[in-house]
Amino acid sequence: MNEVVCSINHVVKCLTDAGVTPDLANLLTIIGGVVLVATVPLITVIFLIWIERKVAARVQDRLGPNRVGPFGLLQTVADALKMLTKEDITPIGADKFIYNLAPIIAFATVILIWAVIPFTPLHIGADLSIGLLYFVAVASIGTVKIMIAGWSSNNKYALLGAFRTIAQLLSYEVPLVLSLLIPVMIAGTMSMQGLVHAQGGMWYVFMAPVAAVMFFIANLAETGRAPFDLLEAESEIIAGYNIEYSGFKWGMFMAGEFMHAFTASLLAAVIFLGGWWGPGVEQVPVLGFLYLGLKTFVVYLFSLVLRSTVPRVRIDQLMALNWKWLVPISVANVLVTAFLLQLTKALGLAPQTGDFAAALPQTIILLLGNLAIVLVVLNLVRNIGRNERMAAAATDAAVGHSEDERVAVGAPGH
Amino acid sequence: MAVVHEWAFIGVFFSLAWVFPFLPILGARLLAPRKPNAIKQSTYECGVETVGDTWVQFKVQYYIYGLIFLVFDVEVVFLFPWALAYNQLDFFGFFAGLVFIFFLFDALVYAWRKDALEWV
Amino acid sequence: MLEFNAQTIAFIVFALFSLGGALGVVTTRNLIHATLYLILSLFGAAGFFVLLSAPFLAAVQVLVYIGAIAILIVFAVMLTRSMTRISDLYNRQWLLSAIVAGILFVVLLAGVIVPVWGVNGTQIDRPVSDVVAGTVDLGKALVDQNQYVLPFEVASLLLTAAMIGAIVIARDDQE
Repeated sequence: MNEVVCSINHVVKCLTDAGVTPDLANLLTIIGGVVLVATVPLITVIFLIWIERKVAARVQDRLGPNRVGPFGLLQTVADALKMLTKEDITPIGADKFIYNLAPIIAFATVILIWAVIPFTPLHIGADLSIGLLYFVAVASIGTVKIMIAGWSSNNKYALLGAFRTIAQLLSYEVPLVLSLLIPVMIAGTMSMQGLVHAQGGMWYVFMAPVAAVMFFIANLAETGRAPFDLLEAESEIIAGYNIEYSGFKWGMFMAGEFMHAFTASLLAAVIFLGGWWGPGVEQVPVLGFLYLGLKTFVVYLFSLVLRSTVPRVRIDQLMALNWKWLVPISVANVLVTAFLLQLTKALGLAPQTGDFAAALPQTIILLLGNLAIVLVVLNLVRNIGRNERMAAAATDAAVGHSEDERVAVGAPGH
Repeated sequence: MAVVHEWAFIGVFFSLAWVFPFLPILGARLLAPRKPNAIKQSTYECGVETVGDTWVQFKVQYYIYGLIFLVFDVEVVFLFPWALAYNQLDFFGFFAGLVFIFFLFDALVYAWRKDALEWV
Repeated sequence: MLEFNAQTIAFIVFALFSLGGALGVVTTRNLIHATLYLILSLFGAAGFFVLLSAPFLAAVQVLVYIGAIAILIVFAVMLTRSMTRISDLYNRQWLLSAIVAGILFVVLLAGVIVPVWGVNGTQIDRPVSDVVAGTVDLGKALVDQNQYVLPFEVASLLLTAAMIGAIVIARDDQE
């Protein structure tokens, strides 16, 4: 293994040479690795908030932060310093311990996901055999933070917002997990590093575009990004579950949210866009970090533009979209992909080696299957839309007709 | 013992992860002014004091969504090992999965037909 | 015979989580606090699965029990308004439930210990992790016609039935 791990091995050797017991040396290196992995998101989040504000400003034809530092780069630092000196208010009747625990859980659960992200072929916190499920499990702890934040604040809006948000997060977890089944099926592994290695011949976004889109949409909802930012909904429930939080505790919720959105893009890049794969990465593994960052940034930028351009959906629309569209499509997608995978295996088209040419036939067949799903869905959307339009036109015509009669009765000379 | 080593990393990560958000909050506690008073600490509900118990009763719809989610969650948990071993399965494995998912879909159709998926 | 290494420490920590959480569940009067203690307890159980080399089950434990069932319990608590303020720690059936719980504990303990250690404490089977190699084998066994394909399909049917039952009960309640 290369630098980090290599140097970690080196560190272990160094420490044992210096007279430290091997167990302690191992523990120290693990702690060092943890701090290293956890610092990456902490540093990125400072820039993320700046990028987010800049992009949102550009989309809305504004300038965005441009006063503090070059291009306003230090705006976030200034904000953080200001937040440090803000008075922290705990509402009367709040459940103090739980109230203080919620922002810590909110931030920690997002950092924890980074433990299984493969940055390069060699650099990964922990390459668990169930890495993908680890991510889903840790993300599902996120609902707990919202529940306890909303409940402990002793505020009806907070509780109402929390319940809505939990309903949203639970619902969108279903298409999220269902879409993750497809990379697992193709790769035959749940380890993150294994998934990236399996994409050596072909990125999964080409083999399973429907799953990739489902994953992206579900993640938008899981991270509470527009058009699914119902957990904020200032106009309805005044910021929802974190309404009573102020100072740095509020800041922890916000930083956690920004980081979660970025982490979701990162996961999309790892699972569907080939992770660290790129030209020359096998010779110089550190390049993988750059490729992964680039891919993540493209996904992230797309979600940012989406955030500043689309309106928020209503809660009933949100639920209908999930249960009546995303879940059935995801289930159908699993079945179609499963069938096509068996078919390609029976036809002998399953890739034997990990290069582009070997993966091509299977990819084309899977792509055609996905295309069929998309066509069926589009056709359904068109038919339903047309029926609704015709029903609306029919009622319009009926109402218009009676108005015509009234006009005719009221104005005989017309 | 490579596997144990990976999990040791996760264990240490879980033990340390809470420190990162805790430190800035602690810093804010040391730096920020603290002058609480009754009005400042009252709960914010558009200016009016909280009337009655905060614990309002919630509609049953939340619980139904929770139940549907739970059923799907458990089903997916069964499907993950199936998907993991899928490359080594034959058409029988596909049909076993098909029947399994068919029942799953059945439940969704039932909920749909009974209007359990409607928010209002 | 107790070796003092990282795994032993982890076991002790998880045991404290698990038992402490369980104790908290039955002693607190606040139902939301009880749910949080339950989450702690379940988290400890997930740790045991990791120590037993069953990471898949650990992830499932967190995903299903903490991510879904604990949340459902909170929903249920919120739905039943009369349950939100509990003044008495015990109700009239405490003796009966203590007896039932005690019997259940003995039965479960015997069910776990006898197959592994035998009645005389001599028969030690191989650990489960030696018999089943991993999650892939679980997946293969689930859809193998000589192994668990029937329970696999029945489980799906059972879940469907559970959901239909839940909807029927909940909807009737509403009308």
